[in-house]
Amino acid sequence: MLRRILGSHPLGLAFAAPYLIFIGVVFAYPIVFAVWMSFHDYFFAAPGAVVDRPFVGFDNYVTVLTDPDVWRSFGNVGIFLIINVPLTVALSMLLATALDRVARAKTFFRVAYYVPYVTASVAVVAVWLFLFSGNGLVNNLLGPLAPEPSWLINSALAMPTIALFVTWKGLGFYILLYLAALQNVPRELYESVSMDGGGRIRQFFSVTVPSVRPATLLVVLLATITGANLFTEPYLLTGGGGPNGASTSPVLLIYQRGIEQGNPDIAAAIGVILIIFVLIIAALQRRLVGGEDR
Amino acid sequence: MRRALGSSAAMYVVLSLGALAFLFPFYYMVIGSLQTTVDPSPSGAFPAPGNLTLDNYGAINERIDLLQGLANSGIFTGGVILGTVVFGVLAGYALAVLHWRGRSATFSLVLLVQVIPFQLLMIPLYVMIARDYGLADTYAGMILPFFINSTAVIIFRQYFLQLPKELFDAARIDGAGELRLLWNVALPLVRPALLTVVLLTFIGPWNEFLWPFLITKEASMQPLAVSLANFLSNIAASTANPFGATLAGAVVLAAPAVALFLVFQRYFTSNDLGSGVKG
Repeated sequence: MLRRILGSHPLGLAFAAPYLIFIGVVFAYPIVFAVWMSFHDYFFAAPGAVVDRPFVGFDNYVTVLTDPDVWRSFGNVGIFLIINVPLTVALSMLLATALDRVARAKTFFRVAYYVPYVTASVAVVAVWLFLFSGNGLVNNLLGPLAPEPSWLINSALAMPTIALFVTWKGLGFYILLYLAALQNVPRELYESVSMDGGGRIRQFFSVTVPSVRPATLLVVLLATITGANLFTEPYLLTGGGGPNGASTSPVLLIYQRGIEQGNPDIAAAIGVILIIFVLIIAALQRRLVGGEDR
Repeated sequence: MRRALGSSAAMYVVLSLGALAFLFPFYYMVIGSLQTTVDPSPSGAFPAPGNLTLDNYGAINERIDLLQGLANSGIFTGGVILGTVVFGVLAGYALAVLHWRGRSATFSLVLLVQVIPFQLLMIPLYVMIARDYGLADTYAGMILPFFINSTAVIIFRQYFLQLPKELFDAARIDGAGELRLLWNVALPLVRPALLTVVLLTFIGPWNEFLWPFLITKEASMQPLAVSLANFLSNIAASTANPFGATLAGAVVLAAPAVALFLVFQRYFTSNDLGSGVKG
């Protein structure tokens, strides 16, 4: 009787319990708390102090949606995604296909591509600052072609430079995902294209690209989530979202509004709006990339 | 045949150019950390014997306690790995081998949690952990949000699913309890999964910046990534060779993760992440 209710191994629930409690404490409750906070006048108070936190309806959302900085930060993420997502998909698919085919020095190449992914952002940010500063190596090599003002302090180039950095940093992980997907592509498909006289390029577009579509969907989704989470790079590379807010991200704004300026309710409202945006974009991408697979 | 040869040569060219672009910043990080004076000209990319020094490592160590930073990063990372492996194995085993009510709902939850961006939870988590629980500037506060990693649960589940059912049935008939089955039968068979998860889990907290940055204000509690970032954004300018010192710190922060990855890179394979792609 008990088995009918709990299944044949009720111990499973006990084994999974720590994980379930963890999800409750670190994901479920904070999400509910964030939404609650965004509808109340919430401020930091001394621990244990009983303070009144009145319900304010959509006030926080009105504040957020009439703040040009918020719109700017979402626009900045838009620029980021337009550069980062196509570049990530194209480069990781191409490099994974090449890695899958070559026989020599495979380990060397794999290691080379994964190293930025396994290294701390803070560490590689330091090198990029060095490379892309006004009199850095990149500008020295470009000579008269160097942008003025330089990359990270140029309002038109700051966000694209960040997008390039993040693409470079994360590519190894996406190459890994594509390599896994390529294992499942039947070799006969390539052979039949080459029987018809198709070369490597034909094979790539008519076999590889459609076959790895589920992986592409995942890569696009993960790259989008990375974009929505952008914080470390604008905080460190452009000195907190400069120049003049041109590289501010919503998460950076959440930090500034919530913790630096002490308005956690406003920050929570930005967070809720950001989640809604991510969900909408993810759904759109699913339609675009998912195609007939749905 | 000639065309095949030509196209594979092209592949090597593409891969080599890519590898150069990926590795150069690391090479430059090391070179820059050893230069007495900054040389941003192209010739500065090649070591000039007269311009090499280890002083930058001393300079950064005077500003931020590198050993304390490494120790803090180590404790933070170690705590996360411990929680992820112990509770991840238990949850993965329960999801793959045991039949219990709520199993499929739990697995859906594991998948769902993966797409929730952690940073969006930072304000409520900060209020809870730093303000309500008073865990600011503690290792527990740093570790808590990362204590169990959902990706690890998925990887363990995937490995346990591949083990033959008969193995478990036979051991159960012999009267073995589930914990013994897990410890003596299942775990030894999935040892590669343990290494993969340890490696993947290591990368997260070792490189994590935002959360420990929020939760630690005391310099003596900060992981190296946080103290280096503070150095970079606040005090670097007051050092004689700020870039050299910053890059020396960057080398110290990058080295453990890169070294661990190089030693165990063959466990860092696509097959383990394949489960996520195949859906």
